[in-house]
Amino acid sequence: MDELIKYAPDLLRGFLHNVQLSVVCAILSLVLGTVLVSMRVSPTPVLRAAGTTYINVVRNTPLTLVLAFSALGLSDTLGLTFSQEPSSNAFWLVSLGLSVYTASFVCEALRSGINTVSLGQAEAARAIGLTFFQSLRMIILPQAFRVVVAPLGSVMIAMIKNTTVAMAGGYLAESAFVMKDTFDTTGASIPIFLGIVVAFMVVTLPIGFFTSWLANRLAVVR
Amino acid sequence: MSSQANVLFDAPGPRARLRNNVLTLLATVALVAIAYFVYARFDAKGQWEGRIWRPFIEASTWVDYIIPGLLGTLKAAGLAAVLALVFGVVFGLARLSDHKWIRTPAAAVVEIFRSIPLLLLIFFIFYLLPSLLGGGDYTLIALVAGLTLYNGSVLAEIVRAGIRAVPPGQSEAAYAIGLRKGGVMRLVLLPQAVTAMMPAIVSQFVVLLKDTALGYIIAYVDLLNMGFKIIPAVNFGSLIPAAIVIGIIYVGLNMTLSALATALEKRSRRSRKTSARPIVPPGAVMGAGGATIAVD
Repeated sequence: MDELIKYAPDLLRGFLHNVQLSVVCAILSLVLGTVLVSMRVSPTPVLRAAGTTYINVVRNTPLTLVLAFSALGLSDTLGLTFSQEPSSNAFWLVSLGLSVYTASFVCEALRSGINTVSLGQAEAARAIGLTFFQSLRMIILPQAFRVVVAPLGSVMIAMIKNTTVAMAGGYLAESAFVMKDTFDTTGASIPIFLGIVVAFMVVTLPIGFFTSWLANRLAVVR
Repeated sequence: MSSQANVLFDAPGPRARLRNNVLTLLATVALVAIAYFVYARFDAKGQWEGRIWRPFIEASTWVDYIIPGLLGTLKAAGLAAVLALVFGVVFGLARLSDHKWIRTPAAAVVEIFRSIPLLLLIFFIFYLLPSLLGGGDYTLIALVAGLTLYNGSVLAEIVRAGIRAVPPGQSEAAYAIGLRKGGVMRLVLLPQAVTAMMPAIVSQFVVLLKDTALGYIIAYVDLLNMGFKIIPAVNFGSLIPAAIVIGIIYVGLNMTLSALATALEKRSRRSRKTSARPIVPPGAVMGAGGATIAVD
C-alpha cells in the first residue's frame, strides 16, 4: 500500500495521458468511422471496394503492429512527423494509429445499425426525392446511431483499454509504461496494479452504464 | 454488400448515372493520388531498392525467422485458446449456477478480468512470476496466462449467453421427462448452445490471435518480434518490407478465421438440430456476413 501512495502522483500523471489519448481517439475514430461507413454503402463501387479493403486489412491487423508501424515505419523510415518534440510526435502518431484501428470497428458497428433500419425508411426517403447523401444524413444515419449506441460504447471502452498499448508506438508516458517502469524498481506490486485497474474501471464502467442507459432511452419500437 | 444497403439509392436514371460516373471518377482519381503519394514517399526514402526486399525471396529468411516467429505466435494462440475455452466453460456455467455462493464469485471474476486492460494484466503476471518462482523466461507463460484470463472471461459471457439462448421449453421438457440438473445441462442445453455460440467463439479467437502480438512488448519471440525487431536488425533497412510481409500473414490468418466464423454462422442458422439462434454476445458487433465481430 505504501508503494501505491509513494508512486501515486506518477501513476496519476500517466493515467491522465491515457485519458488524453482516449478523448482524441474517440473524436477521430468516430469521424473516420462515419466516413468509412458512408463509403461502404455508397452508390459508387470504387468507394465501396476501398472501404471494404480498409476494413478487412485494418481490422485483422494486430493493434501492436499498427502502432509499431506508425512509429518505426511511418515516422522513422518514411519521415512523417507531427512535431519536433519527440513526446508530442509520439502522442499524435499513437493517436493516428489507434484512431485508424478503432475506426474500423466504429464502421462495422454503424453498418450493423444501418442494416437494422427498416426498408420502408429508405424507400420513403427516396420517394420524397432525397438524394443518397440526404437520405443517409437525415434518415438513415440518425436511426442507425440510435441502434448502435451500446455497441459503440463497447468499441469506445475497448479503445480506452487499448491506449495502454501506446508504448508499442513509442509513446512512453501513459500508465502501462509508468507501471512497468515502477515495477522495474519495486518488483510486482499488487496495490499499484490494482490502483491502475481501478482507475481504468472508474472511466470505463460509467461509459458502459451510460451507453446502455442511453441505448434504452433511444430505443425505437419497430 | 448486403441487399439492405442497396435500397439507399434507386436504380439510377440518366442524371444519377452521370453523377455516379463523376463520383467514380473522382474517387478513382483520389485513390490513385493516394497510391501515388505513398509510392513517391517510398521512392524518396529508398524503399523500393531491391536490396531491402531481397531477404523475403530468400528461403533462409523464412526458415530462420518468419516461420519460427509464426510458430511462436501459433503456439501462444493455441495454448491460450484451449485454456480460455476451459476457463470460459467453467465460469460461464458457474455464472448460471443455482447457488448464489458459486454464481456471485464467478460473476465477479468474469467482470473484473473483462475490464482489465490486457497489457496491464500481462505485465503484472510477467513481473509477479519471477518473484514467486525465481528467475527464468516467463514471457510465454505471462502472455498465455493474460490471454487466457481475458479471453476466457469473454468466452464465459458467450457460453452464458449461448445457454440462455436455448428456449426455456427445452429445459422444461427435459425436467419433465425426469432428467436432473446435470443431465438437462449435459444432454439438452449444452449440445444446442454449442451450435449457437460457435460463431461467436471463433470470432473471439480472432481477437485472441491478434492479441498474441502484445508478446512483442514483453519480448516474447512471436511473428511480430521476429518481423519487426530481428529481421530489420539482421537486414538493415528492411523494416517496411518486413511490416508488409508479416502484416499479410496476420491478415490472412485472421480473415481465414473470420470466414470460418461466417460459415459456421450460416450453418448454425440453417441447423435443425438446435432450437437456439446464433447469439450476439455482449460487446460484440454484428458483421457483414452475419457472424459477430468481437470488438477489441
